[in-house]
Amino acid sequence: MNYYVVKNNQRINLLDIPTIDFEILRAHLVATNLRVVAFFGADWGSDVKLFVALADDEKGEILLSSALINKSIKEYESITKDNHQYHMFEREFYEQFGIKPLNHPWLKPVRKNQDDYEFFEMEGEEVHQVAVGPIHAGVIEPGHFRFMCQGEKVYNLEIMLGYQHRGCEDLLVKKPSNQLAESICGDSLIAYNMAYSQIMEQLSGTEITTKAKLIRRIALEMERIAIHIGDMGAICGDIAYLMGKEVYAVTRTLVINTMLEISGSRFGKGLITVGGVNFDIDKKLSDKIIDVLSGVKKTVKQMTQAALISSTVRSRLEKTGVISKETATELALVGMIARSCGIEIDSRFDFCDEFYKDFEKKSFKATNDAYSRFKIRYKEIKESISFVKKLIKKLDEVRDENIIVSTKKLIPNSFALSIVEGWRGEIIHIATTNEQGELSRYKIKDSSFNNWYGLSMAVRNNGISDFPLCNKGFDLSYCGFDL
Amino acid sequence: MNISNAFLILLNLFILLIAPFFVLGIIKKTKAFWGGRKGVSIFQPVYDVVKLFKKDRVISSSTSWIFNLAPVVIFITTLFAGLFAPMVFGYSIINIEAAFIIFSYILGFGKFFALISAMDTASSFEGMGTSREACFTTIVEPAFFIILGSVVALSNDFTFAGLTKIISNFGTYGVLVAIMASFALLIMLLVECSRVPVDDPTTHLELTMIHEVMILDNSGVDLALITWASGMKMVILMSLIANIILPYGLELKILLPLFLGILLILAFAIGTIEAAIARLRMSHVFEFVFIMSSFALVVVSLIAVKLYGV
Repeated sequence: MNYYVVKNNQRINLLDIPTIDFEILRAHLVATNLRVVAFFGADWGSDVKLFVALADDEKGEILLSSALINKSIKEYESITKDNHQYHMFEREFYEQFGIKPLNHPWLKPVRKNQDDYEFFEMEGEEVHQVAVGPIHAGVIEPGHFRFMCQGEKVYNLEIMLGYQHRGCEDLLVKKPSNQLAESICGDSLIAYNMAYSQIMEQLSGTEITTKAKLIRRIALEMERIAIHIGDMGAICGDIAYLMGKEVYAVTRTLVINTMLEISGSRFGKGLITVGGVNFDIDKKLSDKIIDVLSGVKKTVKQMTQAALISSTVRSRLEKTGVISKETATELALVGMIARSCGIEIDSRFDFCDEFYKDFEKKSFKATNDAYSRFKIRYKEIKESISFVKKLIKKLDEVRDENIIVSTKKLIPNSFALSIVEGWRGEIIHIATTNEQGELSRYKIKDSSFNNWYGLSMAVRNNGISDFPLCNKGFDLSYCGFDL
Repeated sequence: MNISNAFLILLNLFILLIAPFFVLGIIKKTKAFWGGRKGVSIFQPVYDVVKLFKKDRVISSSTSWIFNLAPVVIFITTLFAGLFAPMVFGYSIINIEAAFIIFSYILGFGKFFALISAMDTASSFEGMGTSREACFTTIVEPAFFIILGSVVALSNDFTFAGLTKIISNFGTYGVLVAIMASFALLIMLLVECSRVPVDDPTTHLELTMIHEVMILDNSGVDLALITWASGMKMVILMSLIANIILPYGLELKILLPLFLGILLILAFAIGTIEAAIARLRMSHVFEFVFIMSSFALVVVSLIAVKLYGV
């Protein structure tokens, strides 16, 4: 057996993961068409242990495998050159452990050593470079964008990140806490905190109450609703469609203010904790949530219909930043962006838990452009609102349960993996414990890790003035990538 | 008609220098109104410029004297061009024949300085903005000349004030020409003053900007002068439209409210356009600017029919 098959949120013994010869593993990874969700190293005495997790979205299974690479070995034959979805993963592995993937086509820094970054350059009479960032106008996180253009047309975009690298993975190993987990990526903090809490609960064998699980999922869907509405407003703002910008902004406030009533924080900080949740949703508050969301649904529907019949809005959105399904598959794009390109992956349904299995995964008519990215948000807002309503109905059945249970000590030599579908897409947390029952490795993968390269591909052959619109449609995380 | 020239000169200068702030303020207020917001006070543009005058200038080390000089040149040329343009009462402060040619080349001179000053900063953003601005100006200019040239040919009055006589002297033809010319000038105003759907004056996205990106490096007094000058340019173009629409020979006490009313309506219209529609894609802006050219061609053919028969 080359793989150990697990479900989402399932603790296993670390030693159950098969360790196979690297060459065999490489041959498998090149040949398989399964999606890679994790590819990372861990210190293993005199070796580096390379863990690989592949996702089988159809069966809802995760395949785990590993290989030992001796620290004296400084290079190996790159997987990326045969299977492109390993591109970022191998770059990250090289940066963290110094083992070089030979013949990697694009081996550049990921988060560190930005001074050594060599940009792709073109030469020609009308070719010009535009360097944007890392400091941007407006409230944007730091990141450097280098465009190679001819006139107004973008030939290539290179994105250099890492300005917010804080070493979150190591910090979590040293001093794991919910506060740290929710500070990694501020706009998906519920999803991050939920993934972290699930990991810690699995590693300690804690089973939380149904009520806590329901409240977590309500919060997760509300985060999705709020951010999606905000993004739709921001897309309208980018194309100077004032009406949309204002209406969506007002509507988003209604959602986050409801979050404030639940947890005392408009973004839900401090709501989720290891062992459950800190705040209850009582009957009165549930009615209020349903009431607010019904209003939100109505407003969003009216505004979106108005925006999409406006010819100027459609003219800006349609055929802008097209990314074909083939490219999206090759780059292994995930989450909402993948869905807007016609790849139906959604870890809420693919790695289904007891709460989402009643819901039907609805397909989306993708057009692969900025219009598609606008419209999928509308679709997901509508769906999330109906999810919240159904989850609240289930909450009525378990009113008497506790919201929090006490946690136990971590179980030694364990491995746990948790996939949470944040509003951007899957957020993957993986943790291992050592023999003393302490965390020994913590790995995080945000969906932006896959999708940033998709943005580069989307702006190719588009006007440079359409870049902000593409960027807003993707709305990727800088800090979630930088960690 | 017993008003002295001195009074008209002062009135026109006053409108030229002060109205820009209120026009900008009204546009902002209109946008806020359609967006369901309270919005900033209509005096905000005044406060902004006063604030900028109090601030220091920050000058990039890669610039030369051109960058230092350009804001002053832009302000002076705009003001000077304003002296040729007819304002209240169809009265131009400097009223000479073929003034519209001098007018547009003075403005062109100012724009030339704006362009080279932006290039002077050696910023890739400003280079892009410059190329866009230069491109749109090139399309606007011939259309402007066609309109103004044919209108003065019709009125046989080669001063700029000839604009005012179209409706009163040429009946139905005059009305048609006036409508077409006003629409063409409105488009010119949207392009030249960088309003939606050509440009978005409120955006923070450097890559999409046209006019705003050219003045990214300007600060303090320089920025105040440029902001003021672009407001003046808007008022000048609005007053051209007002002069085409307003009938000739009204008394000042009727004319002045009408004139200011037209400025107000135009500002409201611009604000409403900005609130209602999205910006055009950069490659479609050319098509939009060419609408002005087609209006100009309609004007020229109407006038050719009038002058030479079918």
